[in-house]
Amino acid sequence: MPSSSPAIETINLRKEFNRKVAVSNLSLTVEAGEVFGFLGPNGAGKTTSVKMLLGLINPTAGEGRLLGTPLGDFQVRERIGFLPEHFRFHDWLTATEFLTLHAELYHMPRGRANQRIPELLDLVGLTPHASKKLRQFSKGMLQRIGLAQALLNDPALVILDEPTSGLDPVGRRLVRDIIRDLHQGGVTVFLNSHLLSEVEITCNRVAFIKHGEVIQTSALQTLVEGELTVQVRVRNLRPEALVGLSRWSQNVRLDGEYLSLTLQNEQDLPALHRYLVEQEAEVYALQPQKVSLEDLFIKIVGTDGGL
Amino acid sequence: MSTFVIARLTFREASRRWVAWAALLLGFIFLIVYAVGFNEIQRGIKGDVSSTPSLMGEMHNFMLMAGLYVVNFLTVMMAVLTSVDTLSGEIASGTIHSLVTKPMRRWEIVMGKWLGFAGMLTLYLLFMAGGVMGVVYLISGYYAPNPFQGLGLMWLNVVLLFSVSILGGSILSTLANGVLVFGLYSIAFIGGWIEQFGSLMNNQTAVNIGVICSLIIPSDALWRRAAYEMQSPIMSMFNRFSPFSSGSVPSPLMIIYAFLYTLVVIALAINQFNRRDL
Repeated sequence: MPSSSPAIETINLRKEFNRKVAVSNLSLTVEAGEVFGFLGPNGAGKTTSVKMLLGLINPTAGEGRLLGTPLGDFQVRERIGFLPEHFRFHDWLTATEFLTLHAELYHMPRGRANQRIPELLDLVGLTPHASKKLRQFSKGMLQRIGLAQALLNDPALVILDEPTSGLDPVGRRLVRDIIRDLHQGGVTVFLNSHLLSEVEITCNRVAFIKHGEVIQTSALQTLVEGELTVQVRVRNLRPEALVGLSRWSQNVRLDGEYLSLTLQNEQDLPALHRYLVEQEAEVYALQPQKVSLEDLFIKIVGTDGGL
Repeated sequence: MSTFVIARLTFREASRRWVAWAALLLGFIFLIVYAVGFNEIQRGIKGDVSSTPSLMGEMHNFMLMAGLYVVNFLTVMMAVLTSVDTLSGEIASGTIHSLVTKPMRRWEIVMGKWLGFAGMLTLYLLFMAGGVMGVVYLISGYYAPNPFQGLGLMWLNVVLLFSVSILGGSILSTLANGVLVFGLYSIAFIGGWIEQFGSLMNNQTAVNIGVICSLIIPSDALWRRAAYEMQSPIMSMFNRFSPFSSGSVPSPLMIIYAFLYTLVVIALAINQFNRRDL
């Protein structure tokens, strides 16, 4: 059932561990049906934030709502799926027994569970291993069965903490496809990830978090489209001409023949070209490059924030 | 209800561990050795002209108490060794994360684990104590007075100890929890002997030390009361200085205390686990 109220809302969520602030002032809104990416360096507070949402950690201050109900409400978790970052399960269970256990914990009727379990095993590509004990599973297989567990009860909201960290490219493609299908089905997906390339492909909006605070939240399209790096191979660029480039960009770098600068949009390209020609520089190549999420990440978050 | 799902899971998980199988095997071997030994003694006594009924009764009771003492020890060991890591291990490994985020209250996890262990350990106690009592009855026709009270107190002893283990696991690491529970058990053990010594030597201070130990951990008091219940007054006079002597018998108040102690421990475990950041 589509909902107009946000899937996740937090207002000034805060967590202190013995006066060390892990998360300060987390305020964000994830709309229903979005794929939302949560990005930040190690130790920024991503996992702590997720744990506060799910009731694993008690917030020191602040409020939040999941699917419209206040944090701490346990019944709403029937509609929420979660894949932990360090996914560990009772490894003496077989894959089927494991999913049966979690289906029971979701209060799923036996018949529905029996229908859903083979479907999910097939979805994550683990049907041949249905009767194998989890202790025989590789890390990638465990991550996939963990994902299956999160999807058991047709959740309205799925929270994934580093969902592709242990997977090979095939596995990552699988997870991306699953996220895309969930999105098409109107499910809200919230994911923490280090793998920026994954976030780039899957997410609609991202939030950057550093030192426990959200620095910036944007739609991915505008974030990535908004900036353009241009590489120009040029000779005879006079110093005055170089200085004059600051009208377009603060990030101007000249390395021998290679000039690089960041433009605000594509329309500046012809103007840049005209300017260089007027300045009697010799232009051998003019190449716009899309700024990668990684460059943006480092720009927004900085290189000092990680642990 | 989620509590029962967790209970079933805990029961299955605990009973498939090697510790449980070792306890079962050891218990089985013990019962066989016990049966053979008791049978030999019985034959010897019956053949002896000087055996009077009361002397035989004394021997039977002594053997029964000795057997139940071993049962008490084995069950306590099994209780502690299987439950010591039930919460702390899952918290340390992160297995708890995918459970706590399901639609259930945290106390349902604690009570589910409690029920799982209660089930497994009750079965073990019934098997072992029933085995010892059955062997004695089948070979000699003897049975102790107040067997249900005695068994009930032995059961409460086991429940108390694994409840402490669950509480410890909700706060401490597995290692620290193990040290705590074994430490407490040792206090109970030593305290019990000091109390019996004290009563034998008429040393009130020693008796008081024993009582204080029982207040810290009523485990030994429960066993001594169980032993007291299952001996007649004459027999307890003969068993003056033994692991089941009743020189200083724990009062019924101590038993009520032990029962309340257990309830408080369970409540604390629930409370601690509720508040814990995982």
